[in-house]
Amino acid sequence: MTAAVPDVATATAATLRPGDAYLQVEEVGKQFGTFVALHRVSLTVQAGEFVTFLGPSGCGKTTLLRGIAGLDPPTTGRILQEGRDITHLPPSERDFGIVFQSYALFPNLTVAANVAYGLRGPAWPKPRVRDRVAELLGIVGLADQGQKFPAQLSGGQQQRVALARALANEPGLLLLDEPLSALDAIVRQHLRQEIRSLQQRLGVTTVMVTHDQEEAMGVSDRIVVMSRGRIEQIGTPAAIYERPASPFVAGFIGHSSHFEAVVDSPSGVIVAGGMRLGAEAARPLLFGARVTCFIRPEHVRLDRADAAPPGALIARVTGLEFLGPVCRVSLEAGPLRLLAAVAPVDLVALEAVPGAEVAATLPPERLMVFVDDV
Amino acid sequence: MSDAVLAGSEPRQRLSLDQRIMQWGLWLALAFLLAFLVLPLATLLLRAFETPEGGFAGIENFRTYATTPALLAAAWNSLWTAALTAVIVVPLAFAYAYALTRACIPAKPLFRAVMMLPLLAPSLLPALALIYLFGNQGMLRGLLMGGSIYGPAGIVAAQVFYCFPSAALILSVALSTTDARLYEAASALKASRPRIFWTVTLPGARYGLVSAFVVVFTLVVTDFGIPKVIGGQFPVLATDVYKQVVGLQNFNMGAVVGIVLLIPAVLAFLLDRWASRQRTATMSGRAVPLRPAPRAMRDRPLLLLCIVVAAMLVGIVGVAAWGSLIRFWPYNLTLTLDNYDFTRFDTAGWDSVWLSMRMAAIAAAVGTAIVFVVAYVLDRGPQHGPLPGIGRFAAAVPLAVPGLVLGLAYVLFFNHPANPLGFLYGTLAILVLNSIVHFYTVGHLTAVTAIRQLDPEFESVGASMRVPVWVTFGRVTVPMCLPAILEIAVFMFVNAMTTVSAVIFLYGPDTKPASVAMVHMDEAGQASAAAAMGVVILGITITAKLAQLLLGALLGRATQAWRR
Repeated sequence: MTAAVPDVATATAATLRPGDAYLQVEEVGKQFGTFVALHRVSLTVQAGEFVTFLGPSGCGKTTLLRGIAGLDPPTTGRILQEGRDITHLPPSERDFGIVFQSYALFPNLTVAANVAYGLRGPAWPKPRVRDRVAELLGIVGLADQGQKFPAQLSGGQQQRVALARALANEPGLLLLDEPLSALDAIVRQHLRQEIRSLQQRLGVTTVMVTHDQEEAMGVSDRIVVMSRGRIEQIGTPAAIYERPASPFVAGFIGHSSHFEAVVDSPSGVIVAGGMRLGAEAARPLLFGARVTCFIRPEHVRLDRADAAPPGALIARVTGLEFLGPVCRVSLEAGPLRLLAAVAPVDLVALEAVPGAEVAATLPPERLMVFVDDV
Repeated sequence: MSDAVLAGSEPRQRLSLDQRIMQWGLWLALAFLLAFLVLPLATLLLRAFETPEGGFAGIENFRTYATTPALLAAAWNSLWTAALTAVIVVPLAFAYAYALTRACIPAKPLFRAVMMLPLLAPSLLPALALIYLFGNQGMLRGLLMGGSIYGPAGIVAAQVFYCFPSAALILSVALSTTDARLYEAASALKASRPRIFWTVTLPGARYGLVSAFVVVFTLVVTDFGIPKVIGGQFPVLATDVYKQVVGLQNFNMGAVVGIVLLIPAVLAFLLDRWASRQRTATMSGRAVPLRPAPRAMRDRPLLLLCIVVAAMLVGIVGVAAWGSLIRFWPYNLTLTLDNYDFTRFDTAGWDSVWLSMRMAAIAAAVGTAIVFVVAYVLDRGPQHGPLPGIGRFAAAVPLAVPGLVLGLAYVLFFNHPANPLGFLYGTLAILVLNSIVHFYTVGHLTAVTAIRQLDPEFESVGASMRVPVWVTFGRVTVPMCLPAILEIAVFMFVNAMTTVSAVIFLYGPDTKPASVAMVHMDEAGQASAAAAMGVVILGITITAKLAQLLLGALLGRATQAWRR
């Protein structure tokens, strides 16, 4: 599957008009001693776009961000911002604002002084600085907090100060390094929408790093899914959820159950654990190919065992998880372990209690099929 | 010049002004440590292999040393008195530290303050006090039942006082960094109190115990003041160096003894580094602090112990202070201030006190600036290449170099006719530089600890806003680290005031520090004047300490809003 990765990247680049590319990352690699943190990754960010690097810890997303910021320059490749090669420029000669996971607010300076920190030199006489700081604090909703110190603010407020500070110089590029992960779940959800609407209002090109897929899905125009120093897929949130480009993406984004299978004939049929299943995605594949299939719980349809539709698998219920809007049902159909999401009201009609049998239908168009690497 | 041209012509990461400044800072730091630490020590090493005429002697000097019974005896004496002192001090300090950290006793801050008292005076002071009590004219001489305080007994007794604060400090740090959950787990598993002590408390403090033992051992081996005053005819390594160099003018043999003195210090240093590395590995960042609950069975005996120890510490200093006010010990016990009229005993008179204060103040100001900037550059500057590692190593070395050895190295290095820095010899500047280097490591570690507590991204944030690194350093790093900076400065000041061992080789006719004057007065038989000088030094250092507390409290109030 790895061969598909550059294709995805170039395909994305090809759909853009060249003039629109704001940030171009070309074949960027980074090595720490013998450890390869990034394997020649390429991507393009359009002007005004919100792009998120998403992946588990150690996937290289922060390394890539720090390369773009010039904090840890890459060992190979080029980075272009507005067509200008910035690969080897020190951070102070680049045009970006950054918010760190820790916010890195200066504890000994007031909120206003923090925001004004980069507003210095002859271009910024005092009255202008004061106006700009007031404007920025207004934008982030902290107009009356300017004289407080960071320690006197809540985590969410500190985060807004960091954001205002990063935006003070009107940077062309805003970098967010796990900006929300230090916050409570509720504040986090609220603040990420604020960041998104602020970003859209100001039109600033933004790159965010996160390991939280919900956060990435919620705010991004496009998501760059990374794993072990490589880009797995670049696409809109819907695209990477609906059409994952690799087993890693299918497993990492959203919930899914997966199983091994072999492509059978006629085309569009696979055999898993002795059971024949229809799978649209297997049509172009060669007979006998070993594949891994993924299916999302909300796509698994359940019926009563005594009303099984044709092609359904008879499965035993092994567990129930009540999650509020849905129940997640764990199933065993022969050797296959499946997850299904069912509304709690339907559960009663199904009589799906642990130990009971139900009929599980895996819609052929919903099975995600990936050929195993040999 | 367009940006494209600029960018296209750069094959590698170009260093920004910030990074170049940091790089220069690194070079300057290394140059400083090279000139005032590495080269003098190298000279010392070379001199040990030279004949008095300057020819190459091979190991001849060492052979002479090894075949001179008097010299070997001194080495043995140093070792066993040091070991004995450590064996006495460490358990005592452990109990005291245990009471301060793990028991509910009243007046803990007071006990903490009293504990530090011996560190604020030259090591001679407890020795002088012991002579007042048990010496030839001592009031309690009868208690020795015919024994003599001059010799090993006096050395060990005085060293116990002198080393107590260092050991207690290390152990109270070791005992205060523990995880309360371990104790909750142990008592939930129904372990008895002795079993908890043996299985949780002691293992948790074992590296602290190793450290304390090692530090006490090194302090005793390398201390010069106490054996000089109370050692009598009992030779030890530290007094041998002095005798060889100042008495016999045998610099080569002095260098040999210096190297012999360096061996236990270096071994102890390595052992301590090992122990501290083990300790950081066993400590987790999420520990819950332990809050001791009152328990009379434990608290009362510990309180009693603290009172006795504190009374002895205050008492020993009090005896010295009292002795300094006595007209003629022990025959005429009327009080007088005559002993404070130092011109009667030493031509420099009070000038040596002013000189010491000047030296200590300059060492504190300049030393703190150097230590802090170097620590900052080493920690936050460019990390590629071997330079930062070399710098960190060099900054740790002074801890392993006894003051006498460093002083001797300075004499040999700066007194060398070919040395362009030779003009420094005999000036105030060399005393200041020597003090800075001598006490460098502790200051460095304090600075590094403070700097590491700051967010590692401060400089990155500054750079992203095109704010030069020195602005961020001045506006954020220094204000945030002010308490640590104050601590380093007072540490430098106090130690420069009280040190004897290094400066005794370096002072000139017009630059005799108070601590050296104290040794000379004692040598001349003016014990009361020496005690008076010690009390003056103690008064100055206590004032400095109180000023630190006051400033620290003011600082704490002024910056209350930023800390939470």
